[in-house]
Amino acid sequence: MAEAADQITALREVSAVRPRGLWVDAWRRLKRNKMAIAGAIYILIMALIAIFADVLAPHNPNAIDPTAAPNTPPFWVAGHNPQYLLGTDSLARDELSRLIYGARVSLIVGFVPVFIVTAIGVTVGMTSGWLGGRADNIIMRIVDVVYAFPALLFYIVVQSAFRDSKIGDIFGGLLLLFIAFAITDWVSMARLVRGEVLRLKNREFVEAAKALGVPTRRILIRHILPNSLAPIIVSIAFGVPSYILAESSLSYLGLGVKPQTPTWGSMVYDSFPQVTYAPEFVLMPSILIALIMLAFTFLGDGLRDALDPYMGK
Amino acid sequence: MLRFIVNRLLWMIPVLWLVGTVTFFLMHAAPGSPWDVRVGGKNISPELEKSFNRKYGLDKPLVVQYLIYWRNVLKLDFGQSYSNESQTVVQRIMAGFPYSARIGLYAWVMALVLGISLGIIAALKQNTWIDYVSLFFATVGYTIPSFVLGIFLLIIFAVKLGWVPVLFAGWKSYILPSVALGLSTAAFIARLTRASVLEIIRQDYIRTARAKGLPPRIINLRHIVRNALIPVVTISGPALASLITGTIIIENVFNVPGMGYLFIQSISARDYPVIMGTTLFYTFFIVIGNLLVDLTYGLVDPRIKTS
Repeated sequence: MAEAADQITALREVSAVRPRGLWVDAWRRLKRNKMAIAGAIYILIMALIAIFADVLAPHNPNAIDPTAAPNTPPFWVAGHNPQYLLGTDSLARDELSRLIYGARVSLIVGFVPVFIVTAIGVTVGMTSGWLGGRADNIIMRIVDVVYAFPALLFYIVVQSAFRDSKIGDIFGGLLLLFIAFAITDWVSMARLVRGEVLRLKNREFVEAAKALGVPTRRILIRHILPNSLAPIIVSIAFGVPSYILAESSLSYLGLGVKPQTPTWGSMVYDSFPQVTYAPEFVLMPSILIALIMLAFTFLGDGLRDALDPYMGK
Repeated sequence: MLRFIVNRLLWMIPVLWLVGTVTFFLMHAAPGSPWDVRVGGKNISPELEKSFNRKYGLDKPLVVQYLIYWRNVLKLDFGQSYSNESQTVVQRIMAGFPYSARIGLYAWVMALVLGISLGIIAALKQNTWIDYVSLFFATVGYTIPSFVLGIFLLIIFAVKLGWVPVLFAGWKSYILPSVALGLSTAAFIARLTRASVLEIIRQDYIRTARAKGLPPRIINLRHIVRNALIPVVTISGPALASLITGTIIIENVFNVPGMGYLFIQSISARDYPVIMGTTLFYTFFIVIGNLLVDLTYGLVDPRIKTS
């Protein structure tokens, strides 16, 4: 009996809202997911903080103030310095400014590798899936072998090798990180896209396009790619926090960005020696890392649920 | 089945070769020499450096060294450690391996037990407060980086409460690292299990089982759980791999004298044989782990024939 009532309600819901195409429906479903919206808002706030860091930060994040004492506690602890709201770190740099600028670097570290990896992965995946046969086989073998390489080990070895060289100096150590990430991580995106291409390759609309004489590249870009965007978008949403995490972990090991570049991960590394008597300096960047990852995870979950056409059947 | 195993084992050869090659040339690209540490970080005199290099064959051209290394490996000789001259690479790895293996194992077991049970409970009690609380914990556990979690746990339980020692000593010291390492995987498994169970409950064959009048426990165990585990087994491969490499970071947080610690140490000490040895060992482990997972997958899902 309950089943029947459920079905009637579902029917009413469906008929009340006419489906209007994947994107509009997906957007509507996404809007209903409160956690995803909360995540998106948080990310937006962090992005604004990152963009306007120069205006928002009270001090230069790398300026060592000779007059201030290192490890001044934040404002809720006695003995604080009102000039430095969240205290100073072990090198007498303003914590608050570092956290604000840290948002900028952390977000860059999250987004840029994702786009590089997506570009490479989509290209390789589409080529491999479309060509099929021998070429596909060879490419997939390469993918399998690269996939088997333990990523963290690779990052560690690359970072330790080149961090002190010229490449390691560009963008305060960020370029090297991007290269390291790009070399290993394009494979899962390639696999994903290839799967989508295989799924769509034999559909009628592709056959029709081919019959009409549409050139291959156009078919791929105008027809197949838009139809495979859903898993790519979800991949991007989950990819950003994974790179923030990877950078934090590497910085925590002392193998991340260069010391002048403030990221939340390197701030944890810097403050770790004082963890027993001044844990706030470890906690503050750690909490920020956790929160941004939380936001992206909620958003990614929401996107995946919204874009999956079989949800809520 | 046997062909499958042999196929995968053969596949391991090019993988190990690639990993070894890349690691070899990258680590030699790193500035600094293995001997800087010997003389307390000061600049070593060129004659001394030359004699050390000659002793360990580092003065030969790089490609020759590369070939010599692989020739030795085929004889199962992984070399002597540079930083710790009395020990071979294999000895140092074997010394650290039990710690890492234990932490990894405990973390994995915890992740499975906690994750699967939490996921099933959350799904069976969907949309109740139990579900929301479990989901909350699962999401939080999944997004906090393991080293952040490790630091928090260390501060709370070792420093403030003193329940476990701060430095690594005795069996109690295994608890925190295992939890820190395994919790994010547990959270991931919980979410996955929950989604999977939810999907299965709606299936027709479950409705048939209920209609047949099967007792709920039989339905739960035999039908729901068995099918829900399939996606869990699928992700087990990458999950295990990330646990294994995750020990590298966790061991750093908790000062565990395991393989991960050895790896990091050897990187900064430019202890080439140890770097190569540990990297190859990690890769080997991950490949074997993936193989075991795939075999289990064949057992769990009768539709898959691994031949």
